[in-house]
Amino acid sequence: MTDLTQTTAARSSIMPQVLPWVIALGFLLVMPLIFTSNSALTIMNQMAMTIIFALAYNMLLGQGGMLSFGHAVYMGVGGFACVHIMNWDAFFGLIPLPVLPIFGGLFGMGLALIVGAFSTRKAGTVFAMISLGVGELIAACSVIIVVFFGGEEGISGDRTYGLPFFGIEFLRQIEVYYLVVFWLMVSAVLMYLWSRTPMGRMANAVRDNPERAEFLGYSARWVRFYSFVASGFFAGIAGGLFAINYEILTEENLNLTQSGAILLVTFLGGAGFFFGPIIGAIVFTLLQTVLSLETELWQLYVGALFVATVMFFPGGLAGLLMLHAPAAKMGRLSHLAGPYAKVLFPGIIGTLALCCLIELTFHLRHASIGDHEMVLFWTTFNTHSPVPWLLFGAIAAGGLWLAKRGAPDMAEAFHEANVMKGAA
Amino acid sequence: MDLIAVNIIDGLVTGLLLFMLSAGLTLIFSMMGVLNFAHASFYMLGAYFAYQISIYLGFWMGLLIAPILVGVLGAGVERYGLRRVHQYGHVPELIFTFGLALLIEEVVQFVWGKNQMPYETPEILQFTAFAIAGNSIPAYKVFMIFISVTIFIGLLYVLTRTRIGMIIQAALSYPKTVEALGHNVPFIFMGVFGVGTALAGVAGVIAGPVLSTFPGMAFVLGSIVFVTIVIGGLGSLWGALVASLLIGWLTTFAKSYNLRMEDLLTTLGFNKPEPIWDSAWQDLWTLTSPQVADILPYILMVLILVFRPYGLFGKRDA
Repeated sequence: MTDLTQTTAARSSIMPQVLPWVIALGFLLVMPLIFTSNSALTIMNQMAMTIIFALAYNMLLGQGGMLSFGHAVYMGVGGFACVHIMNWDAFFGLIPLPVLPIFGGLFGMGLALIVGAFSTRKAGTVFAMISLGVGELIAACSVIIVVFFGGEEGISGDRTYGLPFFGIEFLRQIEVYYLVVFWLMVSAVLMYLWSRTPMGRMANAVRDNPERAEFLGYSARWVRFYSFVASGFFAGIAGGLFAINYEILTEENLNLTQSGAILLVTFLGGAGFFFGPIIGAIVFTLLQTVLSLETELWQLYVGALFVATVMFFPGGLAGLLMLHAPAAKMGRLSHLAGPYAKVLFPGIIGTLALCCLIELTFHLRHASIGDHEMVLFWTTFNTHSPVPWLLFGAIAAGGLWLAKRGAPDMAEAFHEANVMKGAA
Repeated sequence: MDLIAVNIIDGLVTGLLLFMLSAGLTLIFSMMGVLNFAHASFYMLGAYFAYQISIYLGFWMGLLIAPILVGVLGAGVERYGLRRVHQYGHVPELIFTFGLALLIEEVVQFVWGKNQMPYETPEILQFTAFAIAGNSIPAYKVFMIFISVTIFIGLLYVLTRTRIGMIIQAALSYPKTVEALGHNVPFIFMGVFGVGTALAGVAGVIAGPVLSTFPGMAFVLGSIVFVTIVIGGLGSLWGALVASLLIGWLTTFAKSYNLRMEDLLTTLGFNKPEPIWDSAWQDLWTLTSPQVADILPYILMVLILVFRPYGLFGKRDA
């Protein structure tokens, strides 16, 4: 009897677990029908690859508590290996293209096996330093080992030489998109399931308290090692997809900038939750592609956003969202709308005006001599007249002041929404 | 023989410069248990501040004022940034300093642009100090050695011979006890952080004119500094000195002697494959020591970590 109730309970609880994945899959399949342009496809491909890479990275950072400064290397080596396979006609002609990322994963895993053998002895600072050193070493090797890394110009291949896959030769961008989506779903599901296994749970335990985990009889080192190798595998898959999509890999795929970017993506999204890196990857790719078209200074803003996140919201965007879960459960989100709008609306306007001031300063200092005109928000004005300066300054000061004034009310409302009725 | 002497001096300059950065970094590490990723960024700020000051007040005022500014900025970062993040643990602290390094580079590009700054050595020091068999040693190099050695001796004196140094050392090992004795430990931490970053600032001021002042200068030196203190042993001042000099000499000698792998392999009895560009081993055969000079520190670090994980002079587990 009890067995029966348990199975039905398990069966009914599977539905809400599967539902988000089905929605995500449907969403991914429909996206190219809504955004049909080639540039949108490029952005979505980039996004999907970043999601896989960020999720793989979060297996270390969020789930295992290991901060890596050289994780781009595993993605890069997987990608380089895939390009070499593409160029090896005798072999590449025998395998269909969708299988290729597995080889990338295997090569990433192989490298992780070697490096992890000595780097996972300790977590924390020592691990971070070794990852940095190894990352820099391999990135520097790319100029020396020309046979594998192709020197400064990198190596390139052609994805269409593979065995046709049910008649598809992956000539068009949209075909590549569906291939990437397939691997995105497969790897995301696998990584999620991994985090549910006893192994994934032990990774969390080792992150929080390695000593206690050791007393339970688990070797903290081996748990870290397995997480590291698995993460290397999925990073390699992301690399393989990169090779398929761009058909070229260079030193840029290996260096510290790339490793730093993935740390930024993961932390911005929120390392504490499985879906955090997904949000981070989407937001970061949008910032990277859309914001960089608008302004030269986008990296400055992203850097400032990153530092602010670390200082004030260490849970990242996902953590910020999940803060509101209790209030949502009690159906009190609507109580928050008013106070939030009072702070966020003037706050956003004020911040935008502040950014305009920064843009003005930048234009004033670095524009060519005699170039006094600039365009912000579809308005052209003269940077040497005091009017825009005073205007933006006033808006920034006013907006931020209003936001600051509304902040106590917002905190109060948030507190109210989280307190059980009758308890207060 | 003469070339060896010249290289020893060149390596000494590089090593001592590296030491000025790694000394501050290793002090901060033993104090707070966190590696300051933005340390090299403070070195860069030192160079840029000194350049800006040298336009108006000359090089010497820059040497005096810029490190103080950098130190104050560093203390501010500790007080208002790091102390806030400290509650979340070590990994977020490390991420914070990493983000700070990114941000400082962007801010420097915003203020000074992407080009190299025309920051020059002062005219008084633009002469040849002495020559070794026709290889002239500029006076500025002697000046750099002089400044770094002075700072090292001063640091050693303050840390081991004065009352303040005693309190700092005590606060490093037993912060709670020192606090109970009535010392303001958070203030000491802020002070040490400030002095550490000011040291990096000094290094920036004197290195800016020779290694050129550009937005990537922090990036170039940053990871080498980490490698240095890992090799020397995290938290060890002597280890930092030895490792800095080791790396300085290693890279200088590798760059100036064109040792070729080809010669080594031929002496070992291997035959050079012909034509070389078709061989899978072409990279191994064409390898020369100047080529690998820049990655030698990393190789050394990996070897040290594999065979002696605590570094050369490190005693305790990090």
